[in-house]
Amino acid sequence: MTEFLQHIVNMLILGSTYALLGIGLTLIFGIMRVVNFAHGELYAFGAYFVYFVSILLGLNFFLSILVAIVAGCLLGALIEVVLLRPMRGADIDTTMLIMIGAMIVMQNGEQYIWGGVAKSVNTPFPQAPLVIGSVSVSWLSVFVFFASLALIAASYLLINRTKLGKAMRATFQDRDTASLMGVNIQMIYMATFALGSSLAAAAGALLGPVYVISPQMGNIASLKAFAIVILGGLGSIGGATIGGFMLAFAEEIGAGYISSGYRDAMGFLIIIAVLLFKPTGLFARAERIG
Amino acid sequence: MTDKKKFLTVFAAAAMLSASFATQGFAQTIKIGVNEPLTGPFAASGTYVVNGAKIAADEINAKGGVLGKKIELVIEDNKSNPTEAAAVAEKLITNDKVPVIMGAWGSSLTLAVMPKLLEYKVPMIVETSSSGKITTSGNPFIFRISPPSSVEAHAFKDILPKLHIKKADFLVINNDWGRGAAEDFGKVLKANGVQVGYVETMDQAAQDMSAQLSKMKSSDADTIMVTTAVEQLTLVLKQAAALGIKKQIVTTGGSQNPDQLIDQAGAAANGTYHLTTFAPWFPDNTPDPKATNYFLGEWKKRGFNFAGATESFRGYDGIRTIVAGIEKAGKAEPAAIAAAMWDVNFTGLNGKIKFEKQGPAGKESGQSIPNVYLIKIENGKIELPKL
Repeated sequence: MTEFLQHIVNMLILGSTYALLGIGLTLIFGIMRVVNFAHGELYAFGAYFVYFVSILLGLNFFLSILVAIVAGCLLGALIEVVLLRPMRGADIDTTMLIMIGAMIVMQNGEQYIWGGVAKSVNTPFPQAPLVIGSVSVSWLSVFVFFASLALIAASYLLINRTKLGKAMRATFQDRDTASLMGVNIQMIYMATFALGSSLAAAAGALLGPVYVISPQMGNIASLKAFAIVILGGLGSIGGATIGGFMLAFAEEIGAGYISSGYRDAMGFLIIIAVLLFKPTGLFARAERIG
Repeated sequence: MTDKKKFLTVFAAAAMLSASFATQGFAQTIKIGVNEPLTGPFAASGTYVVNGAKIAADEINAKGGVLGKKIELVIEDNKSNPTEAAAVAEKLITNDKVPVIMGAWGSSLTLAVMPKLLEYKVPMIVETSSSGKITTSGNPFIFRISPPSSVEAHAFKDILPKLHIKKADFLVINNDWGRGAAEDFGKVLKANGVQVGYVETMDQAAQDMSAQLSKMKSSDADTIMVTTAVEQLTLVLKQAAALGIKKQIVTTGGSQNPDQLIDQAGAAANGTYHLTTFAPWFPDNTPDPKATNYFLGEWKKRGFNFAGATESFRGYDGIRTIVAGIEKAGKAEPAAIAAAMWDVNFTGLNGKIKFEKQGPAGKESGQSIPNVYLIKIENGKIELPKL
């Protein structure tokens, strides 16, 4: 029982960060129809940015995270304007190749600038863990959990309660009609990509200090994010959130009680099952095609 | 012939001429292939090894080289990927015509290269890999200077009583190296009356090991044996501390890089034990203090991070072993070097380098038996515990 409680706590923390990763990707994919292979690199970018600002420039840890999120937002906007805008209307494979190119450039850029030795970020949190009964968790993880939930809630409100969000949802449902109704599609695309990127950077900024920061950290993040989006369904924030927690649950329980060697396989087994029985994902939103 | 065509012909002729000069120029050197991970998850370690190799090459060339020729390292990146490692070996052998190779850091990388060595009959000095399979699968072109897990585990036998282990769980990287270590150390533990509990694995790229560690937290074992490279080890120590695990942690495999652990895992590294094959913190306790001090001095002079020395010394010793082999062979040809490797006998930074035969009769691989040290991290410092 003790062990089970510890697994559940681990799962909640892991799940919150998976959800954050998934939301950014699902928005971009859902609204823009861009398969963003560079998502993991924006995650790595956020982590390196926190390292740069907090360790090398000596800024406050919490401020550094905010700065990294803003930087991720700006980088996302830049990528959209420079790489994606000229390719508007190109088919999904073409933009996918562009994003794969962006991923390779960014990952090698990280290796070039920072070298292959992993970096770590010291945080103001105490090293001694928070212990409640038999369950133990680091203070940093508690902070990451609540920060992730706050960001997920903020994204949800942005999409569902603001005018910008309404325009995004309209674009998702039917781009041409939205455009005819006076929605500035260019602006919506840029905002979507910037928002998705800033969420990836936020996940990296929060998780970089939990793990270690290396040029390859984006690979596994991308993989998980895609899995979560497939699980949750396209363009659905709620789906990505639940998908994130489900993946974390499968991995944690799979590794804890079945076999740690197949930890990553557990998550993908669920995805295969979902694709077999509900190919649109568990929580796909209705969309009108054409 | 138009002017343009004439120009092209002259240009082509000139290019060919200069190319042939270039090959002539290179013929004055002896090439040594270096097949290491310079990008990918093992980039940091591979780069350290290459930097160590360069120190050896410069030292040897400054003393006049070998057989009257300078040596030239042909360094290729295997991208931490077994498929690439095999391709790199083929490129080094067929394109660069190297008579001998050093590589390929990880066990899975080395195992992928081995069929190429058999195919082209070119010897390789294995400087880091520790999977037992490498020297027992009947590849006579393999000469290993790093200890396989079994040698490490054997050395661990004498240390064992001092650590008061009753039952141990294993957490190992899920590849040839990690699984091999769990098997070899498990055997030694069982033979010495220590129970073996869970054997859990972690994916090479995994960052979150709390599921495996939570399981171990509630087991009745008093010790966790961990085998992986420094990045993942940092995470294991931090996550074990976050889970409030107070068990004894012993790491194996020689790629722990204790200085980086202290730097990045902080207090979580305190009280942990590590089996290493080189002790740069205590140069006077190494087998050849003069060579150790020279190497560490050069390493520092070149501005490299001291933390890399526990990894880079293998590159340094690897190249020195190869050159010793070429010298014994009297010519830089693959077959002659492979035959001469059996006569190599000198003191490396981590003990005597002299190859013993391992594997099936008639096609044995060479295995040198280096020293193994147990160090402890205490209050952010590295200690050589008196056991």
